[in-house]
Amino acid sequence: MKRHSSSITHHASRITRHSSLASFFRAIAAIVWKDLAAELRSRELLSAMLVFALLVILIFNFALELDVKTRATVTAGVLWVTFVFAGTLGLNRSMAIEKDRGCLDGLLLAPVDRSAIYFGKVISNLVFMFIVEAIVLPVYSVLYNTNLFKLGLIGVILLGSVGYVAVGTLLSAMAVQTRTRDVLLPILLFPVVIPVLVAAVKASSGFLQGLGLAEVMPWINQLIVYDIVFTAVAFMVFDYVVEE
Amino acid sequence: MIQVRKLVKRFGLKTVLRGLDFQVQEGEFVALLGPNGAGKTTFLRILASLAQPSLGEICIAGYALPTQAAAVRRRLGVVSHMPLLYGDLTAAENLVFFGRMYDISSLDQRIDEVLELVGLAARRRDLVRTFSRGMQQRLAIGRAVLHDPEVMLFDEPHTGLDQDACDMLDKILRDVAARGRTVVMTSHDLARVEDLASRFDVLSRGVITASTTRSKLGQSNLLDFYRQSLQET
Repeated sequence: MKRHSSSITHHASRITRHSSLASFFRAIAAIVWKDLAAELRSRELLSAMLVFALLVILIFNFALELDVKTRATVTAGVLWVTFVFAGTLGLNRSMAIEKDRGCLDGLLLAPVDRSAIYFGKVISNLVFMFIVEAIVLPVYSVLYNTNLFKLGLIGVILLGSVGYVAVGTLLSAMAVQTRTRDVLLPILLFPVVIPVLVAAVKASSGFLQGLGLAEVMPWINQLIVYDIVFTAVAFMVFDYVVEE
Repeated sequence: MIQVRKLVKRFGLKTVLRGLDFQVQEGEFVALLGPNGAGKTTFLRILASLAQPSLGEICIAGYALPTQAAAVRRRLGVVSHMPLLYGDLTAAENLVFFGRMYDISSLDQRIDEVLELVGLAARRRDLVRTFSRGMQQRLAIGRAVLHDPEVMLFDEPHTGLDQDACDMLDKILRDVAARGRTVVMTSHDLARVEDLASRFDVLSRGVITASTTRSKLGQSNLLDFYRQSLQET
């Protein structure tokens, strides 16, 4: 009898765990859907990121009159500077939309673990970042006459973006609470994200210069480690960041 | 339904709530009155689990804050002077989003009911940014009642509304209260809350300094009661 009742309790706790996990993922999906639907309609965030990114690579194109050989060495740097500046713009705007009409409070009032809000925002920000990168890469290829469509490079861009957005989303949630949010985010973000950027630039540069996977692997490993560490830390502290 | 004991809230060196005690019975409609800076919004934000108390005990619908915050949030509906809605989504899309966040079953049917309740069924496909302030506030109430909460918190819901919008909001508030929900509302509009609430508490300098009910108030004026309680403190 005792065993039977303990089995029922165990089963019930499993159901509760499953249903709370399901509602956690449903909340993440709801936030991503909301962000994409609102952005599809306004195109406020994507257009700002895109115009900014294209202007940056255009300015670099005129500022650095380079020969073909030198181009390969600076391409990784120019690309990541473009992604990071455009990304900062997007991260700031993405959280500002939540804060300006009090919507962040609306999200925080939902009966879900607050890390669901963090992961939802991370996924939306990543989608916006990937869209910008997917447009910037061919434009850069044409302007600089460089082939960027290498599987290794694309992998590095994906990994680097994950690390950048993981920590950027956390810090933008912090910065948005202040009056100087537009200035504060890059000041907070750039020093923290340096390890990701160094690894991303080195790995991207390696692939562009045709180095073997073994030579690039240490940088890729560093990227993976930082992605995991940044995501885990952000997951643990997001609750404290958004709470008064 | 709501029990608050010895609640203290400090922001750095500034103490906003100073050992506040507050109880609300199930189905009661309490109007929380007080001058600017008395701590009304801070108090509601703590009840809504949007801010942490520095000290004190809070229990809502049998769940303690902040330890059981998710269970409390499931039973709470909050309306503030900000609409907490997304301007680039339609009225229905906003409710779909919040319905998914609350994991509501039969969501489409519930959205239809709520839009009827707040009188926005005809505008369900319109973007919220095209709505007037009054319509946004009605939709904000719709968002707050979507998951059928037991307790409703209203933080100065009449702010920025014109006369007609206020009247329509009052009608919805009466409807919400008539469904047996427990309501706590802060307001500076004494004439309006006098008709709506069943109990009136005055919050001043971080504590409840006076309390009366509509039946005790009788023929006397709420404004006189309010002024007198402020003078005494």
